[in-house]
Amino acid sequence: MLKIENLHVRLEEEDKAILKGVDLVVPAGEVHAIMGPNGSGKSTLSYVLAGRDGYEVTEGTATLEGVDLLALEPQERAAAGLFLAFQYPVEIPGVGNMTFLRTALNAQRKARGEPEMNAADFLRLVRDKARTLDIDADMLKRPVNVGFSGGEKKRNEILQMAVLEPRMCILDETDSGLDVDAMKLVAEGVNALRAPDRAFLVITHYQRLLDHIRPDVVHIMADGRIVRSGGPELALEVENNGYADILKSVA
Amino acid sequence: MAVAVRKTDASGALLAAWPEPADEAPWAGAARALAARRFLEMGAPIRRDEYWRFTDPAGLTTAAAAPAKVLPGDEAFADARGARLVFVDGVFAPDRSDALDAAGVEIQTLGAALGTDIHWARDLLGVLEARGQHPVDRPLAALNTARAIEGLVIRVSGTAPAPIRLIYLRERPEADAMVRHLIRLEAGADLTLIESGAGAARLNSVLEVEIADGAAFHHVRMQGRDHERRAATAIFARLGARSSFKSFTLAMNGRLTRNECVIEFTGDDAHARVAGACVGEGDFHHDDTVFITHGAERCESRQVFKKVLRDGAVGVFQGKILVKPGAQKTDGYQISQGLLLDEDCQFLAKPELEIYADDVVCSHGSTCGAVDPTSLFYLTSRGISKAEAEGLLVLAFLDEAIAEIEDEGLADDVRARLAGWLARRGRL
Repeated sequence: MLKIENLHVRLEEEDKAILKGVDLVVPAGEVHAIMGPNGSGKSTLSYVLAGRDGYEVTEGTATLEGVDLLALEPQERAAAGLFLAFQYPVEIPGVGNMTFLRTALNAQRKARGEPEMNAADFLRLVRDKARTLDIDADMLKRPVNVGFSGGEKKRNEILQMAVLEPRMCILDETDSGLDVDAMKLVAEGVNALRAPDRAFLVITHYQRLLDHIRPDVVHIMADGRIVRSGGPELALEVENNGYADILKSVA
Repeated sequence: MAVAVRKTDASGALLAAWPEPADEAPWAGAARALAARRFLEMGAPIRRDEYWRFTDPAGLTTAAAAPAKVLPGDEAFADARGARLVFVDGVFAPDRSDALDAAGVEIQTLGAALGTDIHWARDLLGVLEARGQHPVDRPLAALNTARAIEGLVIRVSGTAPAPIRLIYLRERPEADAMVRHLIRLEAGADLTLIESGAGAARLNSVLEVEIADGAAFHHVRMQGRDHERRAATAIFARLGARSSFKSFTLAMNGRLTRNECVIEFTGDDAHARVAGACVGEGDFHHDDTVFITHGAERCESRQVFKKVLRDGAVGVFQGKILVKPGAQKTDGYQISQGLLLDEDCQFLAKPELEIYADDVVCSHGSTCGAVDPTSLFYLTSRGISKAEAEGLLVLAFLDEAIAEIEDEGLADDVRARLAGWLARRGRL
């Protein structure tokens, strides 16, 4: 599904290399986790894949089912099936959550040559998905993320994912700022979306989220590279011993 | 000295361009004469006047109006309730309007009121305008008092059964119009006034509104979408105790717009909210000039102005809060923001606070910037095109001003108009 080869990225403004040769393959149907200490480049990787300005790819490739992601605008990447659940979801005063969701869904459908969804079908779809995430009608009516608690913002990200049904989902520290109950809710939302034709890349600091979203593969990222990959037990090793041991062993 | 001579010349020619109103009651004639003298003493505005530094008044002070193309378009607030009172090129058109006595409040034409020997309008015509001339000159409003013969005179006791809608249609491309409305809300009265349309190639419009104790005045205005028109409008409001004043104006397009709002609190515990939103591109100059005088205790005033500008457009905001000695517990707030969609446009803001009481809360803020790249990325990452995302963010930016409109239906009409403006430009 997602294939990243020798990806090098630097910050445009500071001329600072962040990613220094990332290699990663996430096959369809699998959940991969990326863990790593602060500043290792995890969030940068997610932003570069989603197409945020401010980063320059100096080397390497990233493809989604063979499509060159790096040549596309953010909205084209979304239409191609990529979704990034933000670490810090953005507040957009004045734009209703429903308007935002419908505009996004129909823009993607249009870009893929599919007919737009009518208002009644859309309403049914959103209500259905919102219920399982414990998102009430009031949250749907309010402006995007405005006045939402940390947990509500993250649930709202998962709602967007559920409505847009991307094939490749990247979750950037979706567990940060969540209490245990909210984390379970978010994890259930993600698990409900697991499917043979969909893949997940879950970026996290802590092993705890991975108790709820069981990964197939865990990667450890440090200093702009994937330094070790393994099964779910690798996350437990990090939880018990911290990153220091692992980093020492690969140094 | 050269300046003074030039000012006198322009004002004399401008005054002479409008016929002196005839057949009016002596009190009206006296008010007209005083206003004409005020106007000649002040002189027509020029760029060197402190409050015209950012806006060149030239197009407003020539003897004749430059023609402006009449754009076809559907009527704003078409679904709103209330009597439709229509002006064509600034002239009241009874044959195209609902009957005045159907509005459920006391309405007369300005001509009828000013032809009556004993009339309550005597305490209003030019009275609030004259009070509003200090400390800042507003010569075009004085000219309006001296010469305007078109307009309506409205008195409301109790709650008006429905809004009153003033619709300004255009027919002649070169029409130069002067309109004057006088409104008196008796104690406890409630009125919603809706205005829509560009009015004329050049419009000088003044509204004096007296809001007695406990009364509430709601005003929503849409200034039409004609590109070439010019307009200078002024609202003078005097607020009694516990009264409320709310005014919102949307401008889309227009070569030159100067909207002044002069509010005076004379009774305690009153509220005033003035808000404006505008979108413009190219040959578009939009100026909001607000002056709020707190002369009573525990009054609250709020100014919210938002301007979206592109391709050479200019937005101006001059807002002042004056707190007089003794006006304790005043709560004054002011925000003005410009959203620049490219690097060719300008937003000029002059917030002013002048405070002579020691127990008040007054704050102001002014910002100017481009569309937030983080928000833009968030929206595009969900598949929304850049243009559409920008459109959504423009609507979002303006919404704080639109949210000042109390009536949700009217607010939604304004939102729909703006969405239409953006859609015509491929942004929604």
